[in-house]
Amino acid sequence: MIEFQMPNLGADMEAGTLIEWKKKLGDTVQRGDIIAEVETQKGLIEIEVFDEGTIGELLIEEGTKVPVGTVMALIDPSAAVLETKKAKATSEKPIALQPIEEKTAVFSIKASPLARRIAAENHLDLSQVKGTGENDVITKDDVEQALATQKEQLLKVEKFPPDDAKILAQIEAVRTAIAAAMSKSKREIPHYYLEKKIDVSKATDWLIAKNKEKSVQERLLPVVLLIKATAKALTDFPELNAVWQNGLQLKKEIHIGFVVSLRNGGIIVPAIHNADIKNLDEIMADLNDIIPRARALKLRSSELSDATITVTNIGDGGAEMIFGVIYPPQVAIIGFGNISEQPFAEKGMLGIRTSIFATLAGDHRATDGLTGSRFLVALNNHLQNPEAL
Amino acid sequence: MDNSTGKITLTYREALKQGLRKALQNDENVFLMGEDVGRYGGAFAVSKGLLQEFGADRIMDVPLSEAGFVGAGIGAAMAGMKPIIEVMTVNFSLLAMDQIVNNAATLLHMSGGQIYVPMIIRMGCGIGRQLAAQHSHSWEPFYAHIPGLIVLSAGTHEDARGMLRAALQSPDPVLLFEYTLMLNLEKEIAADLGFIDITKAKVLREGSAISIITYGTGVYKSLEAAAELALVGIEAEVIDLRVLRPLDERTFLESVAKTHRVLIVEDAWRSVSISSEISARIMEKAFYDLDAPVQRLCGVEVPIPYPAHLEEASIPQKNDIVNAVKKMIRHD
Repeated sequence: MIEFQMPNLGADMEAGTLIEWKKKLGDTVQRGDIIAEVETQKGLIEIEVFDEGTIGELLIEEGTKVPVGTVMALIDPSAAVLETKKAKATSEKPIALQPIEEKTAVFSIKASPLARRIAAENHLDLSQVKGTGENDVITKDDVEQALATQKEQLLKVEKFPPDDAKILAQIEAVRTAIAAAMSKSKREIPHYYLEKKIDVSKATDWLIAKNKEKSVQERLLPVVLLIKATAKALTDFPELNAVWQNGLQLKKEIHIGFVVSLRNGGIIVPAIHNADIKNLDEIMADLNDIIPRARALKLRSSELSDATITVTNIGDGGAEMIFGVIYPPQVAIIGFGNISEQPFAEKGMLGIRTSIFATLAGDHRATDGLTGSRFLVALNNHLQNPEAL
Repeated sequence: MDNSTGKITLTYREALKQGLRKALQNDENVFLMGEDVGRYGGAFAVSKGLLQEFGADRIMDVPLSEAGFVGAGIGAAMAGMKPIIEVMTVNFSLLAMDQIVNNAATLLHMSGGQIYVPMIIRMGCGIGRQLAAQHSHSWEPFYAHIPGLIVLSAGTHEDARGMLRAALQSPDPVLLFEYTLMLNLEKEIAADLGFIDITKAKVLREGSAISIITYGTGVYKSLEAAAELALVGIEAEVIDLRVLRPLDERTFLESVAKTHRVLIVEDAWRSVSISSEISARIMEKAFYDLDAPVQRLCGVEVPIPYPAHLEEASIPQKNDIVNAVKKMIRHD
């Protein structure tokens, strides 16, 4: 039998008067049930019971004043078991109790001072460690075991990196490569810069008309015209299609490196081989093939190393102009800004033309501004005759 | 008993006697005084035959007045002699407590550093053989409490023979605890003692699993327990404190840093004991090295019983040590 006593409801309480029993003989009580009402100096208070069982005996008559600690009732715990099992699922009382218990658990991790020290030094969360010491205290061995397991898991992760980790590593590698190449370029190559506004109304009109004849898959992007025009202009100025390695070395074939932005940052510059002899459709096909592969970092080595000059194209809605940094050992980079309508003065008249700003950054060791300038003029000329591209 | 390996086998009593004899031979200023130390040869026969060898001036029987002859010893020390005072058992030293605490331990301070008291008080200590409640005390903690004293505990035959000689070099009063229970115990020790240090505790057995820190009769028991524990794969380190005041912290703190577990074993009553002090210092200075709470095996807090089985049960025995260590390490 469990004794139910007059509870102490405050340090100053010495006695209480039983006003009413809320349970009668044979009633089942559960933790949290109100068993009685007691009058104290603080008023009428409902008294909870903290045991489970059946009321075996009510020892105090209602209206009696008894000191704190007096046994008021006897509860038979045996009868309760079955009923509590049934009631547990639907019972609402644990809801109120649970948070308190959880809180206690968090603050009462039992670990030896040494275990705590080692855990702190290694940033190990002790709440995840199982204690095997006396009374399940977490010991040095447990912490060292947990650290070993943690390390093992980390090693496993390193052996079989998930896609995220792989991508992160690749991004980092790309960034490192860009940093190295661009630093070398700016350190070694004396750049000169030229800019020319090119009227591309004719070329875009031609392209729109041309695309009408094509299926959606075959349609050409303006950049194809720009690449082809660049390749053609280079045939006129081969000193720009070259590398600077112990002096200027001209390249016979024109492989245009085309800057592709990666989705996670960084750029990669695959080569469009022999752009001067490919037709527009072939160049477009090349782009369709090469851009997704470039973004997946699945290029062939030739595509990565063969370029003889670079074209960088801002594309729709971007900046008007781009002044590139030469990719060593090349000696020039051609930049195309966003195609936009621009005021255009011609023969004393001001008009609005679909235009593009073409720029050239040249290696002054290899060529001079005049060559660059002439190249841009040639580029312009080619773009004025799109049907000939 | 000499043998060819340079070792000798002797009883604890014999070891004490050799130490005493050597001290008397080495320095004419050294003399022994105490109850029945001369004609009777000492209550525990430690000084048997010394009267014949050194004469009545150097082996002095004294009246049964501890306060009197300890006080006389202090006076002799102040006057330049090197007295060795034998107080038969530690229980009787209570009668000389005023002399020891208020004079021997304090005179250097009270005289502004002018007067040293280079005396030695030897006392039989701990459980004897059914000497009952009044003659079986372990009162090392009493004396280890007092600044101005050096308190030594001879837990091994080496120390029983050598500590006295080292103590005679001390300018300060030294209390030397000898253990009645071990008088007839035989051990083999080096024939040549060499230098005996009385400033340091001693690691008598190295181990990595636990530090058993002890002194007095706990030393051999702990060593035996460690040997038994080694059979089940538990390597216990055993440290004999030796110097109970001033404590050699460094030795046991280094051990704790290595083993991370501590069991302290002593015969003295648990409350306010040497083990209390050791435990407190470990908590203060090696808390973050501890992987388990410091545990203690101490004397049961009752007047020492007369019946042999109860007497034995009143202080930690080898099996208690083995069990306590197993419980701490394997939770047996």
